[in-house]
Amino acid sequence: MSEFVSQLNRRRFLLGAAGFGAAGLLAACSSGGTGTGTTGSSGAGASSTGGSSSGGSDLSGSITGLFMKQAGYSEDHINQMAASFMKLHPNVKVNSEFVAYEALHDKIVAAAPAGTYDLVFIDVIWPAEFATKGLIADITGRIPANWKTDVLQGALDSALYQGKFYGLPWLLDAKFFYYNKNLLTKAGVDPASVTSWDGVATAAKAVKDKAGVKYPLVWSWAQAEAVICDWALMTASFGGKLFDEKGQPAFTDGGAVQALEFMRKSIVDGITNPSSTQSLEDDVVKVFSAGDAAMGLNWSYMFAAANDPKQSTVAGQAVVTEVPTGGAGRISVNGSSALSITATSKNQDVAWEFAKYVSSLDVQTQYISDALPIWKSAYDDPAVIKTAPEFVPVAKKQFNDMTNRPQVVAYNAVSQKLQVAVQKALLGSVSPQQAMNDVKPEVEKLLAQ
Amino acid sequence: MTDSTAPTTQSRAGAPASANPSHGPAGPRKASYPKRFRHTYGSSRRSGGLAALLLLPAAVVVFGLVTYPVLRTVWLSFNRVLSPMPTAPVQMVGFQNFINAFTDSDLIAATGHTIYFTLVSTAAEIVFGVLLGQLMAQKLRFRWLLRAAILMPWALPTVVSASMWRYLLNADYGPINALLTQLGIIGSYRSWLGTPTSAMNMIIIADVWKNTSIAAFFVLAGLAVIPNELREAASVDGAGAVRRFFSITLPLLRPVIMVVLVLRTIEAFKVFDIVYVMTRGGPSNGTQTVAVYAYQTAFSNQNFGYGSAIALLIVVVVLLLAVAYIRMLSTGGTSDGGR
Amino acid sequence: MTPSSGGAGSAKSAPAKAMSHRRGMNDRYAPVWMHLVAVVVIVVFLAPFAWLAIASVTSPSDLLRRPLRWWPQHLDLSRWADIFTGDANTPAGGFRSAMVNSAIVAAGTVTLSVAVAVLGAYAVSRLKFRGRGITVLGFLSTYMIPPIAIVIPLYLILVRIGLLDNRLGLILVYSSFITPFVLWTLTNFFDALPREIDEAATIDGAGRMRILWQVLLPLAKPGLFSAILFATMLCWDEFLYALIFTSTPASKTIPVAVAEFSGKFATDFGLLSAGGLLAAIPPVVVALVFQRYVTAGLAAGGVKG
Repeated sequence: MSEFVSQLNRRRFLLGAAGFGAAGLLAACSSGGTGTGTTGSSGAGASSTGGSSSGGSDLSGSITGLFMKQAGYSEDHINQMAASFMKLHPNVKVNSEFVAYEALHDKIVAAAPAGTYDLVFIDVIWPAEFATKGLIADITGRIPANWKTDVLQGALDSALYQGKFYGLPWLLDAKFFYYNKNLLTKAGVDPASVTSWDGVATAAKAVKDKAGVKYPLVWSWAQAEAVICDWALMTASFGGKLFDEKGQPAFTDGGAVQALEFMRKSIVDGITNPSSTQSLEDDVVKVFSAGDAAMGLNWSYMFAAANDPKQSTVAGQAVVTEVPTGGAGRISVNGSSALSITATSKNQDVAWEFAKYVSSLDVQTQYISDALPIWKSAYDDPAVIKTAPEFVPVAKKQFNDMTNRPQVVAYNAVSQKLQVAVQKALLGSVSPQQAMNDVKPEVEKLLAQ
Repeated sequence: MTDSTAPTTQSRAGAPASANPSHGPAGPRKASYPKRFRHTYGSSRRSGGLAALLLLPAAVVVFGLVTYPVLRTVWLSFNRVLSPMPTAPVQMVGFQNFINAFTDSDLIAATGHTIYFTLVSTAAEIVFGVLLGQLMAQKLRFRWLLRAAILMPWALPTVVSASMWRYLLNADYGPINALLTQLGIIGSYRSWLGTPTSAMNMIIIADVWKNTSIAAFFVLAGLAVIPNELREAASVDGAGAVRRFFSITLPLLRPVIMVVLVLRTIEAFKVFDIVYVMTRGGPSNGTQTVAVYAYQTAFSNQNFGYGSAIALLIVVVVLLLAVAYIRMLSTGGTSDGGR
Repeated sequence: MTPSSGGAGSAKSAPAKAMSHRRGMNDRYAPVWMHLVAVVVIVVFLAPFAWLAIASVTSPSDLLRRPLRWWPQHLDLSRWADIFTGDANTPAGGFRSAMVNSAIVAAGTVTLSVAVAVLGAYAVSRLKFRGRGITVLGFLSTYMIPPIAIVIPLYLILVRIGLLDNRLGLILVYSSFITPFVLWTLTNFFDALPREIDEAATIDGAGRMRILWQVLLPLAKPGLFSAILFATMLCWDEFLYALIFTSTPASKTIPVAVAEFSGKFATDFGLLSAGGLLAAIPPVVVALVFQRYVTAGLAAGGVKG
């Protein structure tokens, strides 16, 4: 009961802060701004900010957070969140630093022994590594019970390792399937047919023949994590697994090999752009936006990018759907991220409160223009749906159907080995089956370390 | 008084060297001089104390900051350390990291790529550098423009030039494909970074485009200290331009070429930025170099012991190469290079 | 006027005198074909820059067109506006402070490195002591260490001395690997100067330091400025240390700022182009100012075609 009261108090504080922040937001994005007021009241039942009963005012100390540039919440918005939080807690100072995704991992590692940061932004593939190596703190005890039911599982997974929480879920993302509706129409393809990978292959052939697109499919298959994302989701949608329940390699048969064979075949058949093997996510956006591809997989940000007339020549033609099925379901890959408290932080309480604040339903709804919330209830909120009516319903379904990449300590090393093996198969230097057989002992060696 | 140095310069230039210009001039300048003067001038007194005093500031600047990190790297290389945290478990493994390095097929492949990159890029940079250095030394009507143009690529940070080349060579919207197609040189857009061999050669082109400038400017500086009388004398003798170049200019440029060769070899063997930005070591590890591999091992994979061992091996290889070059080029075939 | 200062003066005037000597023979411009070669070289080197300039004013969607248009239909000056007027928190706006940081770090590093390296190089080139060769190699070996190997312990040290995310911190780190390079280069250039010069000056009564500053350094000018130029570029170019050691506009350098223009999520090539062009300007200006020193001893038309 007392907890409920304190929540109410906090909520009032939050609403005040939200109103304050919305002024800045209105200028930036009108849809997000209008959503703020209504969501504040309708989302009350979510009790998103509940949990710790510590009143905010006794909180004091200074923390430094390391965040990601370029995607998710913008630098300005994170600074606004920090400002509102500091208004709530006058004795708290929040410093924020921002680096590109590419530099994030190394920055965290280099700074860890010195304890530069209290709060760090981590990718879904890092909890196992950082937790085992003692870089980030176990905060299982702090996570409120309602989070386990109110937050989408994919978001929770971004902070979980071996059943323990090493961070707070913050950003939810997955790969989606995009197609150019004009090109599909031109080729006489029924959009309903691109709900399975076989349908995609057939549609691609039609687009190639009838719509004059040389390579209808483009993918991010460069030697990078991106290729593993695509392969992992296809493996899952073909009913396979990269690793079994015991964490041992399972990619030498079943869905994993089928997925790889499908990928290779699409290159051989001339429906996949051969430059895919050097492309990252950004290249997929560019090729698709230039009208040189009809279909592709990408993270949620592509929906806005490909439909932005400033960057794209196909604005208004990009349609987002769930990932096609290979027989086992329309399963995507989890690309979420979390905020972790570092093991060396001297102000873990402040870091925790700030992380909890920025991942609360209210703040996430307030900045809906930047990212979709981690909270289940948000996806039924008309104000949220209104921000992107074509996208939010798709996201709601897809976020409930995602596969995780293996949570192993040596994930980066394992992933590098797999990237090379997958690329060898894609370039045709060995067969998919052979590539998987060859890399298995190497991966086993890494897992044994 | 005023004349005291000028004749010296000339006497050095015109010295016994001109009798046998093919290797003579380089010999006295690099090796024989120190040797000879050790008897006449240098032998007057040992100056270890003064030398130490003069080297002290440099030593403080150089070793003040890096001694501990280097010692730590050496220590790490004999241990198995999988976390940067001071509290992390450490396991002494002796030479195991080094032994592993010699049987690590990925590292061996990366070494092959690095050697190929180093040989081809350094050779190309030296050859183009010597030619462009000569060209820049000419009396040309728009020489400043030529010099500025040759400098430009060098002034562009590697991160930028590598991103630029990645874009220029893009298989879908790259301007190089557009240009070559529109000129009718290639029939359709090509995937320049699509195969390991092609990607490696493209990285070399990008590297040569950027770093030839250094070689060219060092050669230009080297030409500046070559006494003109030598070349003029040869020219009066009626030696052809090509022969003059090979028999006089090139040997005189030897010290400068050595500097460039050593610097570029060191940089090339450590090559990281340009590969990381252009291909990240792909496709299928075809452009992975030892520095990229060391980076992945030490940072991405947090295998600090093994990563340190690889880094030390890089230092050893580069050091051996540098010593070999210095000996080879400074002796010029006449002296034993006893420095 | 003491005798020794006369000696120094002579050292300065000697090349100039020699140059005027030679001028009679090399007055003519190089032949036409050599000019043509120069034109080709200029085109090859500048072509990518021309495209950078065009791309910086072409809209992102036009850059993706196929066939590519070589001239934008309408000028898009937004990148330049972003860089010059953008908020300092945006990647483009942060470029301004990055330029200042890079300039300060480069100037500081080069000044420090050259000052200590000149003394060291003199000692190695002119003094007799045990282990000269080893000394040079010892210094040079720090230049050979891949930054990746020592970046974490260095980070700890910088934190301890309060110089993380600080320009002075970067200057100290850069000096530690640029000094060996300058020292070694200068040693080579000093070695190339005959010792009769020192002897003559010694006879004139000049002390060692006087010989170094007033005789050897002026004569080694081309080498000195080549070394300065190269050291400047190494600072301008350095990426990995800067990436790890800097994180705010207070110390982020150009390579780090530019790297933020491109990422796996979004790369605006136009912005990258604008930044790249701006980044290339200061070193070229410095180099052109210095080039007359670099080539001071070079007779006009030195190598005849």
